[in-house]
Amino acid sequence: MLSEGSDGAFGTSSAAAKKNSKQPKYSRFTQQELPAYKPILTPGLIVEIVDRYDKDCIPSTYNTSSDDMVTYIQSPKTNKTCIRTLTVPKKMKQPIFIYYQLDNFYQNHRRYVKNRSDKQLRSGKITDKELEENCLPEDKYGGEQIVPCGLIAWSLFNDTYGFTINNITIQVNKKGITWKSDKQYKFGSDVYPKNFQSGVIGGAKLNEKIPLSEQEDLIVWMRTAALPNFRKLYGKLEEDLDANQKITVVIQNNYNTYSFDGNKKLVLSTTSWIGGKNDFLGKAYLAVGGLCIVLAISFIILYVIRPRHIGDPSYLSWNENPAGNFT
Amino acid sequence: MVGGRRRRIQFSKLYSFSCLRPRFRDEHRQIGKKGYSRVVYCNDPENPAAVQLNYGGNYVSTTKYSAWNFIPKALFEQFRRVANMYFLVVACVSFSPLAPYSPISVLAPLMVVIGATMVKEAVEDWRRRKQDIEANNRKVKVFDSKSGSFTETRWKKLRVGDLVKVYKDQYFPADLLLLSSSYEDGICYVETMNLDGETNLKLKHALDVTAPLRDENSLQKLEAVIKCEDPNENLYSFVGTLCYNGQELPLSLQQILLRDSKLRNTDYIYGVVVFTGHDTKVMQNATDPPSKRSKIERRMDKIVYILFSVLILVSFVGSFFFGVATKKDVHRGKLRRWYLRPDDPTVFYDPKRASVAAFFHFLTGLLLYGYLIPISLYVSIEIVKVLQSIFINQDQEMYDEETDQPAHARTSNLNEELGQVDTILSDKTGTLTCNSMEFVKCTIAGVAYGRGMTEVERTLAMRKGIGDTSSDLLGSTADVTDSGKSVKGFNFRDERIMNGQWVNQPDSDFIQKFFRVLALCHTAIPDVDKESGEISYEAESPDEAAFVIAARELGFEFFERNQMSISLHELDHENGKNVDRSYKLLQVLEFSSARKRMSVILRNPENQLLLLCKGADSVMFERLSEKGRLFEAETKDHIKKYAEAGLRTLIVAYRVLSEEEYRQWEEEFTKAKTSVSEDRDELVDAAADKIERHLILLGATAVEDKLQKGVPECIDKLAKARTKIWVLTGDKMETAINIGYACSLLREEMKQIVITLDKPDMKALEKQGDKEAIDKASIISVREQISEGLDQVGSVKERSVLFALIIDGKSLAYALNKNLENSFLELATKCASVICCRSSPKQKALVTRLVKRRTGETTLAVGDGANDVGMLQEADIGVGISGVEGRQAVMASDYSISQFRFLERLLLVHGHWCYRRISMMICYFFYKNIAFGFTLFWYEAHASFSGQPAYNDWYMSFYNVFFTSLPVIALGVFDQDVSARLCLKHPMLYQEGVQNILFSWPRILGWMCNGLVSSMIIFFFTSNSSIPQAFRKDGQPVDYQVLGATMYTAVVWTVNCQMALSINYFTWIQHLFIWGSIAFWYAFLVIYGFLNPTVSTTAYQVLVEACAPSPFYWLVTLLVVISTLLPYFSYRAFQTRFRPMYHDIIQIRRLEGSESEISSELPVRMEGRILHLKERLSRREL
Repeated sequence: MLSEGSDGAFGTSSAAAKKNSKQPKYSRFTQQELPAYKPILTPGLIVEIVDRYDKDCIPSTYNTSSDDMVTYIQSPKTNKTCIRTLTVPKKMKQPIFIYYQLDNFYQNHRRYVKNRSDKQLRSGKITDKELEENCLPEDKYGGEQIVPCGLIAWSLFNDTYGFTINNITIQVNKKGITWKSDKQYKFGSDVYPKNFQSGVIGGAKLNEKIPLSEQEDLIVWMRTAALPNFRKLYGKLEEDLDANQKITVVIQNNYNTYSFDGNKKLVLSTTSWIGGKNDFLGKAYLAVGGLCIVLAISFIILYVIRPRHIGDPSYLSWNENPAGNFT
Repeated sequence: MVGGRRRRIQFSKLYSFSCLRPRFRDEHRQIGKKGYSRVVYCNDPENPAAVQLNYGGNYVSTTKYSAWNFIPKALFEQFRRVANMYFLVVACVSFSPLAPYSPISVLAPLMVVIGATMVKEAVEDWRRRKQDIEANNRKVKVFDSKSGSFTETRWKKLRVGDLVKVYKDQYFPADLLLLSSSYEDGICYVETMNLDGETNLKLKHALDVTAPLRDENSLQKLEAVIKCEDPNENLYSFVGTLCYNGQELPLSLQQILLRDSKLRNTDYIYGVVVFTGHDTKVMQNATDPPSKRSKIERRMDKIVYILFSVLILVSFVGSFFFGVATKKDVHRGKLRRWYLRPDDPTVFYDPKRASVAAFFHFLTGLLLYGYLIPISLYVSIEIVKVLQSIFINQDQEMYDEETDQPAHARTSNLNEELGQVDTILSDKTGTLTCNSMEFVKCTIAGVAYGRGMTEVERTLAMRKGIGDTSSDLLGSTADVTDSGKSVKGFNFRDERIMNGQWVNQPDSDFIQKFFRVLALCHTAIPDVDKESGEISYEAESPDEAAFVIAARELGFEFFERNQMSISLHELDHENGKNVDRSYKLLQVLEFSSARKRMSVILRNPENQLLLLCKGADSVMFERLSEKGRLFEAETKDHIKKYAEAGLRTLIVAYRVLSEEEYRQWEEEFTKAKTSVSEDRDELVDAAADKIERHLILLGATAVEDKLQKGVPECIDKLAKARTKIWVLTGDKMETAINIGYACSLLREEMKQIVITLDKPDMKALEKQGDKEAIDKASIISVREQISEGLDQVGSVKERSVLFALIIDGKSLAYALNKNLENSFLELATKCASVICCRSSPKQKALVTRLVKRRTGETTLAVGDGANDVGMLQEADIGVGISGVEGRQAVMASDYSISQFRFLERLLLVHGHWCYRRISMMICYFFYKNIAFGFTLFWYEAHASFSGQPAYNDWYMSFYNVFFTSLPVIALGVFDQDVSARLCLKHPMLYQEGVQNILFSWPRILGWMCNGLVSSMIIFFFTSNSSIPQAFRKDGQPVDYQVLGATMYTAVVWTVNCQMALSINYFTWIQHLFIWGSIAFWYAFLVIYGFLNPTVSTTAYQVLVEACAPSPFYWLVTLLVVISTLLPYFSYRAFQTRFRPMYHDIIQIRRLEGSESEISSELPVRMEGRILHLKERLSRREL
């Protein structure tokens, strides 16, 4: 565009020399080159791949009972790498958002929701009393404060995904998956993890060198979900995927959802102006609209069948009482 | 001096008053025993024996609280309300970790509610206190036996046994024993209006032995002891004895002057204090005014209880599931939801003690779902009702210029009850009528005089149409205007006999006799104004005053009465000069309800013995002599016409007695009068009966009990609104019926059912005096009459026939008996109007209670006098007429108006509106709180029932305060279904309230279901459409705070739009409040979102950063709002089209233009004319 623009500018300046040239003057308008938005009305604009892997990533030896699965996932010795192959159903344009979806995980449980200290996350400074009020039992380790304290941080999701197409690794962009306000105002840039996951280990560990405001996975996790089935952003793929491409995903299956019969899903999805893929809203609009039409029609039919003069007082129920000569 | 002349009158010698002489009765034997143990040492309060008795002082306090007990007592009163108690518990618990939200968000509204109510209590009590102070510090003269003179003291310092002197027109400071008065024979007149509402003067009479104690010396020597009954509330009895000079003398009520009554026509009295302060009869009678609550409020309480049960149920369900889920967290030593650390829990989440955790969760649940019970409902209703009352007070249409009185809502509790009145119980005198009698017409010697037109005639003329008003009996309206000066009590216009013209009439002789009777046959006392020489009269009844005034106006001026004679200024019709004639008064045969007549026997200046008599037609015609029946037929005819015109009639007759006859009779009569036997009264009556015979008819009088302005029209409108109207009056049956006609309560087309015990056979029984037999016969008679009435009502198939029930006081007493109550009420409720005549104040209250209890319908009592107080307090609503009589009725009433006719507007307009507003408001309140509260429940169900609210704390606490409160208050204060004019034009609209259509259970439950459905739509539509995918282009999924904000937005929109759908009346206020509330929510969210994240927590920048830029958020809001409103919208659309309510019809008609706002209804007679014209036209066309 820039080069074209300078072309045009040059063209006008040389126009003085070739005064009689019949070359039409350049303008974006005359040349019909106005910047334009070209909508392509294609159905299924959003492409979504959902892959539930919690069951399939358990080796067959542990696959017999849920107790076994819990043993497998809790054992530090077992190999938790799991390789899945996904097929892209339609062309997916970048950015492709990578989510992990947990089902039957109560991030909205009252004990869980409250078990954090925003003050600590922001400033790192917190009295022991406040800590006790907000973060029990994940408040201290060996008499020292845990940063970040509380159950939410402690249970941080720790599965990881690696993507390769035809053996070429695709970079996952893990930056910019948080809300700006969270990153800037709720998590301190000078607060570093301390004593985290030192006692009973819950979920992921944190790099103690990186301040909390840069720990985007933590920030995403700490913004609790509304309902027990939820997705959270894992990262973004910043290249287009073609239809029928096979993606190999290397999953480190660490997170324990087996003890509470939860599901883990990996989701790749594009978005549109309305967000991700959910048919409910559209269907609901159609249904309510349809209902309105049905009601309107039935109302008209009723009116045609049983018309009445609207100001007719004889429809009054208490008119049937005695003493008609009052009225 | 007037009093000087009066002093010479010794009424006791002249009158045959039986009551003046107390006799020992059975009760007197009780004295000294239990209940009759009071001992009063007269003039000796410092007597050691008196001091030992320690009767209380005369200090009176009517306040509810004192300075030191106000706070605890008022608080106690407040927390007796269940809802307040609940919120207190909630506030306490909210300080514990159980609370799902911060304690201040609960405590603040509670404190506001309770504080406001307590301030109101304090102000009311302060007013009472000021009145007490005023009464306690009034001055009275007390005899000081040391100095032997009277000194002034404050009322509160009076002691039992004190001797006091009370002057004319002063109130008695305590219950006194009358010792003596300015009259020699120790009589005095009292006005007991404050006690029983009767305006006539009552005569009290001191004992003969104490009557001479009239100077300070003799008083100083007074040594007497009163032994009497203990304090009690019975106003009409007193039992006691006076020990004086070694004599035991019986005392009766005749000697007792009650506190709060007033001394009249007597210069002063001396009395001994018997009961002080709270022991006085009037204070013993004072019951705390019952606190009245409207039906709607009582039903609202039921709804609150229902919601309470729902709340408990919901909490229980929640804690059950929570307990189960918590217990499962540790399963066979394995941790299930390990991220909740069930191995290291607090007590609230301990899987090992899951039942304890569940119990605590139950408490949390009670707090969380507290939104189902709207605390702000009580405050809002209170605010709304006060504002409504202001509108009632401000109504210009209910302002009376004459008395300069606007309507006044003295309580705001009952506004909506005004719209549900089913039965109106009205007093007659002073309420329907002005309580001023006017002499309007008379018939003398068969000729009718008087051209004035009565209210009834005017009404009847209005009804019949025009044309026939020119009948000579009724007189023409034109003559009324030509009157000269107007005289109170006199509205007689007839040029034939006025201004002395009667001498030219053919029957002038009769006319002279007629007016002489009026001027002489009475018990009134003249009061000559020294300066102007004008004479006014003090009479026992207003009728009598009207007669004396009439006689005066026609030239027979009664100007002096002394012990033995009555003097008149008279026109001598031979020489045309004014002469004074003095008549020697020999006997007075006084009026009684049994005799229904009164006579005087006197000797005229010509030394002729005359008996002058006036009485009811029912007893008079049978006493006429053969010769005296000359004009009987004409007179009867005239009386009938007068009665139809709503006038009270009395027959006037006389006879000449021969000396011999009189002497014989007098002997007999004196014997009867002086007899001491039990049947003395009967003997006196029998003796009187013997002389009142062979009378010569002179004519009849007709007195109008003037109706108040607009009464017939108002009653007509109220009847059209299908309210039942009962008139409870102390009047005679005939009078009551007349007034009934006058105020269009009775109409000619109505069938009357009369129940009375005034029958010959009953009278015969009464003469025998066997009380039991009378009772039995009375019950049988009343029962028969009631069942006859029921048969009559039942036999009529046509609906157009209306019945009116007229019952007298005696029968009423039996009809109110337990056995007959039901059938009486059955009959009464089937009649369009009911008149109870001859009923006592107590019966009025009893009837009111009966109607209220048995029918369960709302009753409204209207009255103006203190005798109506019982009725006003007993009825669901008491309306006092702030007219001429005292303020007692107004003080006891809930609403006061200055004219009966304002009742129409008060009920049909304000009542209807308030009913509608309050019922809509309450329904809506429950709707909005259920819609909100249940979203919390649905959410909690998806949060493992852990008690996590879906919204930020402050969203929740502001819900009832900012986002939804103002529109609902606007609804409660301003909403009108139809304009005031249309309300009055269509009185049938009032039935919506009477039948409680707008607050029926189906409607209430309908609104609740609507709320429930709304909450489901809000929660499930929002959550299903937003979970789990991204809701923005940048891939962010919906989290806890976004879902909360979105759902809350949907709630605010839904609830406010629902309001917009359901109100009928949009002014800029409604627009401002409804749309302003929604706008305020967004504004709040922006501002709150910009606060520090430690304050705003989950609301931090939620709108600006997350929701607003996402089209998804707006689309969901739109969808949810449309779908939540759809059920109500389609219901309303269907209902207004196909099953419209009355107000819908009126609204639509107005919209279509068939009811223009400007044109007013044609008067009935105009309509009649037009109809007539149309008929003629159509005939011509044929």
